[in-house]
Amino acid sequence: MKQKHAKNKISRRNNDYRAWFFVGPYAAVFTAFILVPVILAAVLSFMNYNAIEWPEWVGFLNYITLLTSDEIFMQYVLPNTVLYAVIVGVGGYLLSFVLAWALCNLSKLPRTICALILYAPSMTTGVAMTVLWKVIFSGDQTGLLNSWLMELGIITDPIIWLINKTYLLPIVIIIGLWSSMGIGFLSMIAGILNTDETLYEAASIDGVHTRFQEMIYITIPQMKPQMLFAAVMAIVGAFQNGLVSTMLTGNPSPEYAAQLIVNHIEDYGFLRYEMGYAAAVSVALLLIVQLFSKMANRLLTDKDETTVKGGKRYGIQRQKN
Amino acid sequence: MAYKGRRINPQRFSKGQLKILAAILPLLIFMAMPIIFIINHAFKPMEELFAFPPTFFVKNPTLENFTKLAKFFRTNGVPLSRYVFNSFIVTIVTVALSLFLTTLAAFALSKIRFRGRNMLVHINQIAIMFVATAVLIPRYLVICQLRLIDTIWAHILPLIAVPVALFLVKQFVEQVPDSLIDAAYIDGATNFQVYYKLIMPMIMPAVATAAILVFQQVWTNLETSNYFINDDSLKTLTFHMNALVNVNNTVSGQGMSAAAALILFVPNIVLFIILQNSVMNTMANSGIK
Repeated sequence: MKQKHAKNKISRRNNDYRAWFFVGPYAAVFTAFILVPVILAAVLSFMNYNAIEWPEWVGFLNYITLLTSDEIFMQYVLPNTVLYAVIVGVGGYLLSFVLAWALCNLSKLPRTICALILYAPSMTTGVAMTVLWKVIFSGDQTGLLNSWLMELGIITDPIIWLINKTYLLPIVIIIGLWSSMGIGFLSMIAGILNTDETLYEAASIDGVHTRFQEMIYITIPQMKPQMLFAAVMAIVGAFQNGLVSTMLTGNPSPEYAAQLIVNHIEDYGFLRYEMGYAAAVSVALLLIVQLFSKMANRLLTDKDETTVKGGKRYGIQRQKN
Repeated sequence: MAYKGRRINPQRFSKGQLKILAAILPLLIFMAMPIIFIINHAFKPMEELFAFPPTFFVKNPTLENFTKLAKFFRTNGVPLSRYVFNSFIVTIVTVALSLFLTTLAAFALSKIRFRGRNMLVHINQIAIMFVATAVLIPRYLVICQLRLIDTIWAHILPLIAVPVALFLVKQFVEQVPDSLIDAAYIDGATNFQVYYKLIMPMIMPAVATAAILVFQQVWTNLETSNYFINDDSLKTLTFHMNALVNVNNTVSGQGMSAAAALILFVPNIVLFIILQNSVMNTMANSGIK
């Protein structure tokens, strides 16, 4: 450490001041619109605030209410969110790995085209596409899905998809999965493409023969940093989506069938104006996301960092050629 | 290429790859179908929108929906051009400012040693997991306090700091060799010159990726128009297109809504296609350490 310090010694005395010249602007915006809101949310969560009267300190009341007497939260929101997060988060993550791996076994042109097709839905963010889902899942015979199913003879009467609570959550989950191949997916493709070629040769000499073995013993250990990045993106994605159900069915959704934690926050914050309580739910959400990210970190952090670094540098050089 | 066991990233297309394509084909179709549908829907004439049974592909494509959309906005008081203008200004200014501040910060965080650096990096790392909807209310209070409600800055400022973008760019700046930077300092370059003339050209792929990330967030953002702006003429194109989608829930509105969705989607995809090579290059360095 000491030696490195000595190396960068040019005008070190002014470094603090100069560095803040560079970091300052970003830090200012970051503080104002990310850090302060998070802290404010934490403070608000201990208050009773209805946006009109001056907030009143209530201690842990909001949290106690959340854990003990919010029936909607315990009965609908939490199970829905868990199910959604497991399928869209974990399922989407595994799916994006498998797909990334499959794409990497293709040559460049088909790979690029396939990657574009898979990535495109994540750019729509669901909202602008509401019209599309409404047409597909329309409740009468003019709905695309109903018309297809009736033609195939699977159903005889049209199903009212967007009001029926049995179908609402699955629909939201399918839309979530559809748009889950985002930036984490791209990072996985890049990670796989940049694994060290020579390792595959060496492994083949050592008796690794099937593709599955290659994947488990070489590809995954080599791309752990990318796997972790994708995991964090998947976790964040799984917990912050919720807009789709509001767009499709309004907030709250019929019988809370597709109510996710984000919808719950909006419901309390902007429909009931119980902002203190909404803030408490927000803090709970932020904690849940942090917790899962920590877990992913534990699972995927690389102990032997030097090999990864070497591999990465190698990867960059190869890409530039 | 004597070694045959390696199959990752093959140089040319072979028959073996058809198997893989066949395996992922159903998923590809599932992923592509909604987008193909919306493109077709946007060009359908009235009778095809009403057709029973409903059709997937358009038979007689027309621009009717787009002209109707333009007409709808004209009768709405505020012309469409105003929203297009708002959206363009907001997007361009936000992306430019965000990239500028992000690269500045990334340079300092990876190449200048100063007190508090590690802490800042760490905070930014945690903030990657930040869920914007969760702090909508406090964000609103902050924007109120700063007196930004109903100004164009309410669109721009909240979206400038994108922790993931900083993270990706920083990974790239770290790859620039220290010796190169030291050499520049010895030749008398100032910090800013090093940033501008040395670092920036070398991290262009990461900047391109950050540009896509920020662009997508700004372009598709509804939150700012929804909660921070009351003045109708200051809202963005995205907001109004979406409002239109929600208001025109009838079949006749469908074509217009599809056209609107398509208009919103096209800039995203064009930008991504142009920059996709850089994106993949950046993503190779996206690991969290």
